[in-house]
Amino acid sequence: MNIDSIQNGIVLDHISAGMCMEIYRLLRLDQLSCSVAIIKNAKSKRMGRKDIIKIDEDIDVDLNILGYIDPNITVNIIRDGKLVCKHKLDLPHELNGVIMCRNPRCITSTENSAEHCFYLADAAHKIYRCRYCDTAYGK
Amino acid sequence: MRNLIDIRDMTVEEIDRMLDLADRIFEHPEQYRDTANHKTLATLFFEPSTRTRLSFEAAMLELGGRILGFSSAASSSATKGESVADTVAVVSGYCDIIAMRHPKEGAPVVAARHATVPVINAGDGGHNHPTQTLTDLMTIRREKGRLCDMNIGLCGDLQFGRTVHSLIAAMSRSPGIRFSLISPDELCIPDYVREILTERGCDFVEIGSMEEVMPTLDVLYMTRVQKERFFNEADYIRLKDSYILDPAKLSRAKDDLCVMHPLPRVNEISTLVDNDPRACYFKQARYGKYVRMALILTLLELVKEG
Repeated sequence: MNIDSIQNGIVLDHISAGMCMEIYRLLRLDQLSCSVAIIKNAKSKRMGRKDIIKIDEDIDVDLNILGYIDPNITVNIIRDGKLVCKHKLDLPHELNGVIMCRNPRCITSTENSAEHCFYLADAAHKIYRCRYCDTAYGK
Repeated sequence: MRNLIDIRDMTVEEIDRMLDLADRIFEHPEQYRDTANHKTLATLFFEPSTRTRLSFEAAMLELGGRILGFSSAASSSATKGESVADTVAVVSGYCDIIAMRHPKEGAPVVAARHATVPVINAGDGGHNHPTQTLTDLMTIRREKGRLCDMNIGLCGDLQFGRTVHSLIAAMSRSPGIRFSLISPDELCIPDYVREILTERGCDFVEIGSMEEVMPTLDVLYMTRVQKERFFNEADYIRLKDSYILDPAKLSRAKDDLCVMHPLPRVNEISTLVDNDPRACYFKQARYGKYVRMALILTLLELVKEG
């Protein structure tokens, strides 16, 4: 399958197979007016199968969100049809407005104006805790 | 330092300075009598409290300041659905400093973001209670003469006991501290507290029985085992008496053990222990006023150098 190469934009490569729609949602790519190509289950020597997202515009991508989802994703910046920059991702220390605290005793469950904020508590186990109540995300 | 939301926001040096000031106020209260003249403390208690609210109010009055506020959510606009953010934004216009207790965890973080005056967390659900921790630290330092090199036993409900979480967070930064965490499995410390201990390389042991560590303890911090925390009554009945401190258990302890309790006590410390010189819990409650005086002066930037 062929997808046209882009002139100015961003290619998100080495996305774990099956994760591209989650990234599409969290980066709010549905709100863009430019072309966005989603490639699922592409063959990969390194990963077996992978997903790829091509964005045909040079937008500001929230690297924190990508780093949170998968720090192994490669972010390629394309200008005039050439690769000009590759971003290496890390697990972000802070994650604001991305994931939600599920603790019913947390103030975010009742205070609508409070943005959901998390901090990286344990990088080795990728544990994020709510800035308000210290509850681990997903627990 | 502008607010006190979590004891982890304070450096070891800031805590030392706060306790030094609290000691100076304790020794010479007359020198601080009018230091907060014309200043107003708002006590916003969305949840009932006896000791904490009264000690905040006593502290402010003793400093020559004034107080206003409410003592339950029922007597505030929270019943009409007003948010914490709006409440503190309004109250900021009527006072110089806010002490807030709220049943929701993290509510003081929201308050601090929307207030234009300093905010003190006076307890947020089962989460944190930093001014109780300052009280506990003042008690340990005054009674033991140090905040390092000791074995601290924490006993009872370590899962939901917010004072326990804050005390561990504070004391785990001191050298030579060993924690003996005494609780039933159902009420052991939460994961995030265990992470703090592990991250700081702190020495700790989790056990179910008070008796086996009693002779080794320098401080014993008792908390209440609450019946409503258990899933079935049989477990509660099986465990409740294990965590009652009485003269027989205390007979195996060191002569200079410091027995503490954040209060209120129900039956976890026998009243027969009250006259034992090692019982420090009523002194601890008294120290709470002085440490809150020190905190109010610090946050209002009214500290007289000692």
